[in-house]
Amino acid sequence: MTWENYFMPSTTGEVLALLEQHQGQARLVAGGTDLMVQHRWDPLEVKSLIDIGRVPALKEIREDHGRIYVGAAVTHSQLVDSALIQGKGRVLAEAARSVGSPQVRNVGTVGGNVVNAQPAADTAIALVALDALVHVSSPGKEREIPVAEIFLGPGKSSIDPAKDLVTAFSFSAPDSRERTYFVRFARREALALPLVNLGLWLQLEEDGHALKDIRIAVGPMAVVPYRARKTEASLKGAVLNEEILKKAGHSISEEVTPRDSFRGSAAFKKRLIGVALKRGIERALDLKGVDRHER
Amino acid sequence: MSGNNNEQGGRLTINFRLNEKEYSLEIDPGERLLDLIRNRLGLIGAKEGCGMGECGACTVIMNGQAVNSCIIPAARADGAEILTVEGLSGGMENDLHPLQKIFLEKGAVQCGYCTPGMLLSAKAFLDKNRGREIRREQIKEGISGNLCRCTGYQKIIEAIYCYAREAERAEERKG
Repeated sequence: MTWENYFMPSTTGEVLALLEQHQGQARLVAGGTDLMVQHRWDPLEVKSLIDIGRVPALKEIREDHGRIYVGAAVTHSQLVDSALIQGKGRVLAEAARSVGSPQVRNVGTVGGNVVNAQPAADTAIALVALDALVHVSSPGKEREIPVAEIFLGPGKSSIDPAKDLVTAFSFSAPDSRERTYFVRFARREALALPLVNLGLWLQLEEDGHALKDIRIAVGPMAVVPYRARKTEASLKGAVLNEEILKKAGHSISEEVTPRDSFRGSAAFKKRLIGVALKRGIERALDLKGVDRHER
Repeated sequence: MSGNNNEQGGRLTINFRLNEKEYSLEIDPGERLLDLIRNRLGLIGAKEGCGMGECGACTVIMNGQAVNSCIIPAARADGAEILTVEGLSGGMENDLHPLQKIFLEKGAVQCGYCTPGMLLSAKAFLDKNRGREIRREQIKEGISGNLCRCTGYQKIIEAIYCYAREAERAEERKG
């Protein structure tokens, strides 16, 4: 395996200059935990790699004017250990914690996880639930895109790593009536892709009982991370009780379109996603005694 | 900016510390950290198992964190501090780190292929949690990136647990 150049720039300006200079012949790499594996079986066509892991601005997690910003080169371990993310982006901290293994989390980045666009990418599911924005810089151009809109198909996103630099993701810091949660079912608890993963964001009415709003992001239930909008609509305004939760579980099972795979049949995944939703809402709201199957 | 020596690309020079020794080497831009350690430095403790970041046999500690050296570009070693199993005993030749001794005592080693990686994951985990009480569940998570096909893990977990308890007791005595 080889490429001709390996660049390690230290500012975003240098990254963009290198992209411009190489005109599509160089691509960005962050942690490389996916890229190094892909390259081994299916060598990359580019001549040069630009490693963005040494750009301090891309490794920051910060809060600014009510939004949380997560740099693209922030590792999964950084997310897990961040008090800010634990407190204000719980679904993202939990999603990051379920990725790969300690070794993979220490190196793999949130930017890479999202741009690689796997249908069950854990942090992508969490960011969709948080309705996050992707901040993208290209030579001479800056743009912000809702994260849910960048996914085009399995392994395909509208971010071109030979042209576009994702600088950060951002989402609104939650207020006291918002909750998030992440649920994941896999064959084992490390180094296993999920059968089902579900990211949840919900907002309670001021009375603290009815659901004002909810976002449900799921994977791998379609070719890209998917928002279960029908089920979301059916839950808006609902006062939660066992029956509503059961109905919501049925609703989401009907709504999603998973495939049969070696990890599990479509029917099994449909069943599991209903369980995941019910469990997610119960845990997010700390409802007692509804779910007795504690880990 | 660090990276290639010249605009035309090609080989690059990296500087790093490995097992407390300074190195300055010219490498190929496509070289992996594992190849650098095994083939260039002749340190064969880190093993290539799966070659895709799943088995952990190639684990080394880089800047305090356990990483899979089979999926790390060697270029990234530039400026880094790396520890392999050969450096675990801190340069005391023919001696073992207490963690290695306890692995032997508790029967946590069988074929040995996973052992270097397992030791380094354990060390990174223990270093990160120094001064805290450690539960077996946390140890399981700490070594979840290292596969062992012999021991069934129980004795490895036991060895790490005993080491942590002894370290806690030693702290208390110092206390």
